[in-house]
Amino acid sequence: MNPVNYLYLAALLFAIGATGVLIRRNMIVVFMCIELMLNACNLAFVAFSRLHGNLDGQIIAFFTMVVAAAEVVVGLAIIVSLFRSRHSASVDDASLMKL
Amino acid sequence: MSFPLLTATAVVPAVGAIATAAVPAARRTAAKWLALLFSLATLALAVAVLVRFDPDGDRYQLTESHSWIADFGVRYELGVDGIAVSLIALTALLLPFIILAGWHDADPLETTSSRWRPTQGFFALILAVEAMVILSFEATDVFLFYIFFEAMLIPMYFLIGGFGDRAHAGSDENATAQRSYAAVKFLLYNLAGGLIMLAAVIGLYVVAGNFSLQEIAQARADGSLDMATNTERLLFLGFFFAFAVKAPLWPLHTWLPNAMGEATAPIAVLITAVVDKVGTFAMLRFCLQLFPEASKWATPAIVVLALISIIYGALLAVGQRDIKRLVAYASISHFGFIVLGIFAMTSQGQSGATLYMVNHGLSTAALMLVAGFLISRRGSRLIADYGGVQKVAPVLAGTFLVGGLATLSLPGLAPFVSEFLVLVGAFARYPVAGVVATLGIVLAALYTLVLYQRTMTGPVKPELAKMPDLRVRELAVVAPLIALLIGLGVYPKPVADLVNPAVEHTMSDVQKKDPEPEVEAAK
Amino acid sequence: MEKLIALLVAAPLLGAAVLLCGGRLLDRVGHWLGTLLAAASFAVAVVLFTDMLGKDAEDRSLHQHLFRWIPVEGFQADVAFQLDQLSMTFVLLITSVGTLIHLYSVGYMEHDERRRRFFGYLNLFLAAMLLLVLADNYLLLYVGWEGVGLASYLLIGFWQHKPSAATAAKKAFLVNRVGDMGLSIAIMLMFTTFGTFAFGPVLGAAEETGEGKLTAIGLMLLLAACGKSAQVPLQSWLGDAMEGPTPVSALIHAATMVTAGVYLIVRSGEIFNAAPDAQLAVTVVGAVTLLFGAIVGCAKDDIKKALAGSTMSQIGYMILAAGLGPIGYVFAIMHLVTHGFFKAGLFLGAGSVMHGMNDEVDMRKYGGLRKYMPVTFVTFGLGYLAIIGFPGLSGFFSKDKIIEAAFAKGGAEGWILGSVALLGAAITAYYMTRVMLLTFFGEERWRHRATASPEEPGAEPAAETRGGPGGHAEPHPHESPASMTIPMVLLAVGSVFAGGFFSIGDRFVHWLEPVTHHDHGDSPLSAATVTGATVVVLVVGVTLAWFQYGRRPVPVVAPRGSLLTRAARRDLLQDDFNHVVLVRGGEHLTRSLVYVDHTLVDGVVNGTAASVGGLSGRLRKLQNGYARSYAVSMFGGVAVLIAATLLMRAV
Repeated sequence: MNPVNYLYLAALLFAIGATGVLIRRNMIVVFMCIELMLNACNLAFVAFSRLHGNLDGQIIAFFTMVVAAAEVVVGLAIIVSLFRSRHSASVDDASLMKL
Repeated sequence: MSFPLLTATAVVPAVGAIATAAVPAARRTAAKWLALLFSLATLALAVAVLVRFDPDGDRYQLTESHSWIADFGVRYELGVDGIAVSLIALTALLLPFIILAGWHDADPLETTSSRWRPTQGFFALILAVEAMVILSFEATDVFLFYIFFEAMLIPMYFLIGGFGDRAHAGSDENATAQRSYAAVKFLLYNLAGGLIMLAAVIGLYVVAGNFSLQEIAQARADGSLDMATNTERLLFLGFFFAFAVKAPLWPLHTWLPNAMGEATAPIAVLITAVVDKVGTFAMLRFCLQLFPEASKWATPAIVVLALISIIYGALLAVGQRDIKRLVAYASISHFGFIVLGIFAMTSQGQSGATLYMVNHGLSTAALMLVAGFLISRRGSRLIADYGGVQKVAPVLAGTFLVGGLATLSLPGLAPFVSEFLVLVGAFARYPVAGVVATLGIVLAALYTLVLYQRTMTGPVKPELAKMPDLRVRELAVVAPLIALLIGLGVYPKPVADLVNPAVEHTMSDVQKKDPEPEVEAAK
Repeated sequence: MEKLIALLVAAPLLGAAVLLCGGRLLDRVGHWLGTLLAAASFAVAVVLFTDMLGKDAEDRSLHQHLFRWIPVEGFQADVAFQLDQLSMTFVLLITSVGTLIHLYSVGYMEHDERRRRFFGYLNLFLAAMLLLVLADNYLLLYVGWEGVGLASYLLIGFWQHKPSAATAAKKAFLVNRVGDMGLSIAIMLMFTTFGTFAFGPVLGAAEETGEGKLTAIGLMLLLAACGKSAQVPLQSWLGDAMEGPTPVSALIHAATMVTAGVYLIVRSGEIFNAAPDAQLAVTVVGAVTLLFGAIVGCAKDDIKKALAGSTMSQIGYMILAAGLGPIGYVFAIMHLVTHGFFKAGLFLGAGSVMHGMNDEVDMRKYGGLRKYMPVTFVTFGLGYLAIIGFPGLSGFFSKDKIIEAAFAKGGAEGWILGSVALLGAAITAYYMTRVMLLTFFGEERWRHRATASPEEPGAEPAAETRGGPGGHAEPHPHESPASMTIPMVLLAVGSVFAGGFFSIGDRFVHWLEPVTHHDHGDSPLSAATVTGATVVVLVVGVTLAWFQYGRRPVPVVAPRGSLLTRAARRDLLQDDFNHVVLVRGGEHLTRSLVYVDHTLVDGVVNGTAASVGGLSGRLRKLQNGYARSYAVSMFGGVAVLIAATLLMRAV
C-alpha cells in the first residue's frame, strides 16, 4: 500500500484531536484528544521513516511515547487534584492562569 | 607589573561603599566619617594619577589590560588621556564636598524605625556612584564602558527616589509622588538611551569584531576597518543618543529639572556636575574617535541642537519659580555650550569644552550647594519665599553671588575661560553659531541676577529674620570651591596644558584643522 | 620700571581682597586701609609718570609680561600690561580722582555699618579699571571691562535692601552685558581675522585687512562702548544707576568707568581709521547722545539724575570726537580728563548738598543754599562754569576743540556735526544754569517742609543713621566735614586749571600724539569764529535759564510741562519702550516657553509613557486564563507559521 495514505490518516487523526481539544470541556476528553494528536504525530513519523528509508522517525516515535507517558502521569495527577478541590472536570472552570 | 593605579582609584570608593553600608544602624556618625575618609582616599589616588600622568606622553597612559569575556573579545581595559584625568580629578575633588554638604541630609527622622539605616545607605550609594563614574572615565573597552555607564543609574535611582529634598511645597504624600516620578523618569529616560546604545555596541562588535576603543580607532585611522557610510551613521546615532540623554541635550532634557528639583542639593550636584559629564565626555571619546566621518556628517544638526539648548535652557531658567529647577535649566544651557564646543571641531572649542566640563562642575557645585544651605534654612524651594537674605546672612549671600557670577561666566572666574574658548572655537568654524551662542551670556546674566535680586536683596522677609549665616562645615565646603574658581580663572594653564595634547589627538582623529586667520599678523 | 606696572593694579586688588574677606575685625580701620592703598596706587602712577616724562616721546611705551593666561593652540592669551601715554593719562586720572573720592567717602559713609565693604568694592573698582586701561590685549581688557561692570553692579546696589537700588544694579549689569556681547564678538572677529587679539599685532595689521571685516569689528566695539558709556541706544541704565551712593556716582558713573567706551574707541583708532562707515556710526551715536542726554538733563528735578543726563551728553561729545578720527582723538581724551575733574566735583558737590539736606534730592525743594554751604557753593560753581565752557576754564578749552574738530570733519557731515555740538553747548549752559539756580539761588523752598523720609524710594538711605531722630523733619543745611570738602576743593582746582594747562603750547596734543596721532583737518570756519560762536550760544543758554528759573519763583511741585518735558522726564520714553518690548515681551516669551516645555517637550515623553501603559492594559485583557483560548491561539499561530513557510517556499 502507498505509505502516503498513512500520512493522510495521521493528518486526519491530528485534526480530530485538535478539534477535540478546542471544543470539548471535559478535561479527561481534552487530555485524550492530546494523546490522539501525539499518536497522529507518531504515525506520521513512522510513515516518514518508511518513506525515507531510515530509522530516525522510528527513534523519535519512541521519544514521543516516553514524553507522552510522562505527560500522562503529571497531567492526570493535576486533573485529579483539580477535581478534588473543585468537584468539576470542566476546563473553563479553571481560568486562574492569569495573574 | 606596576601598581594598577586606575583600578585602585575606582576600587577604593567601591570598597568604601560596602564598608559604609555595613556600619551598624546606631553608628550613623561613624558611617559619615568613614564615607568622607574613603572619598578623601580616592582624592589622594586621583592626585597620584594626576602626578603620574605625563601630558606630553602617550595618548593613553597608566593602561591596564586583562582578558575578561574572551569569547566576545571583551577586555578589562583601562587607560586615561588628559581629558579623562581632569574629569577624574574633578569627580574625586567634588565628592568630599558633596558628602560634607549632605552631612545631615539623610539623618533618620524621628518616625523612622530604628532598624532602617538610611544614612549608611545614602553615603554608600554616593560612593558607589563615584566608583562607577570613575570607571567609565577610565574604560577604553566599549563594552566595559557601557556596563558602568548603565550601572551608575541604579545607585542614582535610589539616591533620587529614596532621599528627596525635605524642603518641598505641599503634603508629604505629594512630595513622595513627585520624587518617585522624578526618579522613574530619570531611570527610564537613561535606560532608553542606554538600550539604543547597547544595540549600537553590538552593532559595532559585529562590524569590528572586538570592543577595544584603541584597536578600532587604530583600524579606522589606517583604513583597515571600513564601515559602510550608513552603518557608521546609524552606529554613531545610537551612541550619540545615549550621550545626548545623559548630557542632556535639547529636546532630551526634561528629566534633569525633575531630578535636580526633587533630589537633595548635594545629589543634584552629583547629577549635573559629575554623572552628566560622562555623557559629554563620551561624545568626545567615543563618538568622535570611533565614527569620525559620521560625526562630521551630523555636526550641523548637533550644532543647531546645542544652540537651541543654550538659548532655550537660559530662557526657561528665567521663567522658573523654583531655585533648584532654575539651576537645572541653567545647566542645560551650559551643556549646550559644551556640546557646541565639542562639535565645533576646533582645538579652541574642544579644549574649551573640556575645561567647561571641569569649570561647570565647580561653579554649579558652588551655586547649588549654597542654594541647598539656603533652602535647608527656610524649608522652601520657591524663589518667592525669600528676600533680603543679604541683610541677615551676608556671607551666605556673598558666596551665593560668587557662585552666580561664576555661572554667568564673569571674567576672572574659571568658567569665563572655557566659555570664551568655546565661543571663539564655534565662531571660527560657524560665525553665526558663535554670535547666537553669545546671546547666551546676556541671558545667563539675566537669570542669575534675577535670582540673586529676588532672594538676597530687598526688605527682609519676616520668616527669615532669624536665619543663621553659614556654619563652619558649610563654609568648609564653599570656600575651597570659590578659591578654585578664582584660581583657575586667573591661572587655567595647568588644566589647559593637561587637556591640549588630548584635544590634538581628537582633532587628528576627525582629520580637522583649525581655520587659519585671514591676515598673518606681524608678530 | 616696568615691574611697577603690576603694582598699580595689585595695590587696590589687595585692598579689595583684604576688605571683603577680612571680616568684622577690619571694620574700624578698613576705610583708611582702602584709601591708603588707593593713594599707594596713585603714588606708583606718579613715579611711573615722572619716569616717562624723562624719556623721548617715541619710546615711552612700557610693557610688562606677567604670565601666559590661556594657552590653546592658536589662541594664546597673556596677562601682560602696556603703559603708554594714553594709558598713563587714564591711570593718573583714575588713581587721583579715585583717591580723592575714597577720602570723600570716609566722611560720606561714616555712619553706614557696611562701610568696610563699600571700600572693598571701591578698591575692586579701581583695580578693574586700571586693568582695563593697562591691558595689552583685548581679552585682558575684557576682564577689566566686566570687572568694572561688576564693581558698578555691587556699588549701585550697595543699599540692597532698597528694591529700587537692587533693580537699578541689575539693569546696569544687564544693559552692559549687551554691550559686552559686542566686545566679545569683536574679539572673536579679531581672532579669526588676525589670529591674535593683542593690541600691537591687531592694530599693526589693521591696514592690510578688508574694510568689511574692520567695519564689523568697529561696529561691535561701538556696541561695547555704547553699553559701558551709556550711549544711545544702551543709555537707559545710567539714570537709574544714581541709586548708588553719591561718591560712586562721582567716581564710576561720571569720571572714570563710563568713559571706558571712549578709551576703547581711541585705543582701537587704527581699526576705525580704516573703516569710515564704522566711524560715521560712532559720530552719529555721539551726536544723538549728546542731544539726548542734554534734553533729559533739562527736565530732571532730581539733582543726581540731571547730572547723569549731563554726563551722558558730555560723553556724547567725547564719542563724537573719537569718531572724527585723528582730528578728534586727542580732544576726546582731553575732554575726558577735564570732564573727569569737573563732573566728579559736581557730583561731590551734589552729595555735599544732599548730606546737608537730609538726603533730599529734589532740586525744587532746595534754593538759596549758597549762604549755608559756602565751600560747596564755590566748588560747585567753579565746576558749573567749567562744564558750560566759561572762557578760561577747563571745559572751555576741551569742548571748544571738539566743536572745532567737528566742523573740520568737512562737507555736509562737518556742518551737521558742528551745529549739533554747538546746539549741545547751548543746552548744556541752559540745564547747568538751571541746576545752579535751583540749588543755590532763589527762595529757600525747603523751609517749613519735611524732606522725604529715608524709607521712601528716592532718598539715599545713609539718612537712616544720619541726622539723629527726626532726621526727616525740616532740614538744617550745613557745610560738610573737611574730609568731604578737601576733595571738592582739589577737584575744583583741577576743573579750573586743567584745560588751560593742557592747552598751553598744545602740550596735551604733543603728549598723546605718538599713540593716537593727530591731524589738524581743515575747518571751514576759523578757530576764532568757532570760539565766538561757542561763547554766544553759552550766553544764550544761560540767559534763557535765568529768565525761566532766576527771575521767577520756582514752583515746588513740578508743573505738568510740555509734551517734550514730560517725555524727557521719562528719559525720552526709552524705558517705556524697553518695558513694553523687552521686559513684557521677554516675560511672555519665557512664560510660553515654560508652558511649551511642560506640555509639548515633556508632554511627548509623558505621552509615550502613558500610551505604553495604556497599550499594556489592553493587551492584558487577551490573557483571559482559559486554557482553550490559549490553545486556539497556539493553533492559529502554528497555522500562520506553516502558511508563511509554504508561501515563502512557493515564492
